[in-house]
Amino acid sequence: MAEINRDDVAHLARLAHIDMTDDELDRMAGELAVIVDSIKSVSEVAGDDVPATSHPIPLSNVFRDDVVGETLSNEEALLGAPDNADGRFKVPAILDGE
Amino acid sequence: MTDLIHLSADALAQKLAAKEVSAVEATQAYLDRIDAVDGAINAFLHVNTDEALLVAAGVDKARTDGDTLHPLAGVPIAVKDLIVTKGQPTTAGSKILEGWQSPYDATVVRKLRAARMPILGKTNLDEFAMGSSTEHSAFGPTRNPWDLDRIPGGSGGGSAAAVAAFEAPLALGTDTGGSIRQPGAVTGTVGVKPTYGGVSRYGAIAMASSLDQIGPVSRTVLDSALLHEVIGGHDPHDSTSLTDPVGALVEAARLGQVDGMRIGVIKELQGEGYQAGVLTRFHESLELLRSAGAEIVEVSCPNFRYALGAYYLIMPSEASSNLAKYDGVRFGLRVVPEGMPTIERVMGATRAAGFGDEVKRRIILGTYALSAGYYDAYYGSAQKVRTLIQRDFAAAFEQADVLISPTAPTTAFKLGEKLNDPLAMYLNDVATIPANLAGVPGLSLPGGLADEDGLPVGIQLLAPARKDARLYRVGAVLESLLEATWGGPMLAQAPEITGGK
Repeated sequence: MAEINRDDVAHLARLAHIDMTDDELDRMAGELAVIVDSIKSVSEVAGDDVPATSHPIPLSNVFRDDVVGETLSNEEALLGAPDNADGRFKVPAILDGE
Repeated sequence: MTDLIHLSADALAQKLAAKEVSAVEATQAYLDRIDAVDGAINAFLHVNTDEALLVAAGVDKARTDGDTLHPLAGVPIAVKDLIVTKGQPTTAGSKILEGWQSPYDATVVRKLRAARMPILGKTNLDEFAMGSSTEHSAFGPTRNPWDLDRIPGGSGGGSAAAVAAFEAPLALGTDTGGSIRQPGAVTGTVGVKPTYGGVSRYGAIAMASSLDQIGPVSRTVLDSALLHEVIGGHDPHDSTSLTDPVGALVEAARLGQVDGMRIGVIKELQGEGYQAGVLTRFHESLELLRSAGAEIVEVSCPNFRYALGAYYLIMPSEASSNLAKYDGVRFGLRVVPEGMPTIERVMGATRAAGFGDEVKRRIILGTYALSAGYYDAYYGSAQKVRTLIQRDFAAAFEQADVLISPTAPTTAFKLGEKLNDPLAMYLNDVATIPANLAGVPGLSLPGGLADEDGLPVGIQLLAPARKDARLYRVGAVLESLLEATWGGPMLAQAPEITGGK
């Protein structure tokens, strides 16, 4: 069994910015251990001589002509934002008050 | 005129061109059908009545005026709610995007508008296309038209069920690990995952960018080819888009020829784990193709056994990165905890409330696979397996022009049956995932009903990258041979749907 405990999941959830309850952490730790167990054999298949494939059909140097295309207006870009002010996205405090 | 809805898209297009029916009549017939059966099916998250009728009326006027129209002008279509559309909501099946409207159209949607195809609405899906049953939608599951207690496949269960239930003649889907082909298999419809890069993904909400592909959903092979030619081609807005021409796909489907072709049966995609009735229908299809002059050969792809594992490392890794944008700042939901919270606490609360269980599971799994100390062992290894799978395909295509397998190991299972067992759910995609990892095109078409449960079985065809035309050429032959044995389309055997809105 892969060793993924509740503290590991709590750490991952913090990295991923998802608040989780204690119940969720416990459940997720159990589920992840089962999933990781079933897929970890992948790490033993290919040797150092096998190159990695990041993209199924590799393209390189994809450029287009340097001309201005269609762009969203300021209003359109803000249309779906939860909050905005002065033509900008408005967010809560970024730094803690202390 | 209810028979309108049973026409193929091709037949409807011909009637429209001959002015035997109007686009408004056809669109209204589909809207009426949605009204009558979608309460039971739940294929649509949004019905686009006014705009669809307006577009249809425009087509009718243009035709009266003698304007030159696209062959599919006036043929209605449904769009998976992962693809953004101006003027309609796009939810991706998630609470985090509930009520959001895109300020721009996806490239494929622009192409539908250019062809003047009325958009009937947006179809249901597993949240952010993560699932194989559409049960992970935040807006309730879609039901299989063949049996309302069963799943329609996923993630594109809404598009497949809409087409199977005659709520639309055509639909768009997206396929990251089988989300077009597996729903096609279990609903008795046709679904195609084009070559990676063959259809622009600009405006498709990204799950796993190195795997995602938009493609057609239809009731016939020819109809998928017709739609594929509308949506395919290069798009500078998608830097992974291929510059190749779309190819003569419709011609290939109309030609339908297998005489002298070598069709490779993938040894690893049958046997253990595959339902007996699925294999029986599969072997019948092989016999039919042989009788039509194809040479059936066996090919081995030994690394396919690692495909599922590699997929469940690569897909969550890419998804965890792609879904970082749902942070409560630029669009969608924002949950503000009590007190004077910082943006970091707002993000944590927003994502906790906005994402469902499966999405959280995959984000955490992806974060794990990408984290320090595990990256090489997991994500790095999975990318190497991807190379091995590509090599397996290359070797197989030395021996065969197309490959064939069952699309899914089983027929549609009951709603709820696998919801609490993520691993069992993931196994549904075991036969479809290799194509996404290698970027090759795949097509699923109806192969008959399994003896033990009377439910649809799907047959999958796979071709080398950029050779999508071969899928249509072989698919059309198999479809016509099978329909000859059934005495008509398989969907004619589907039960009546009762229980409207």
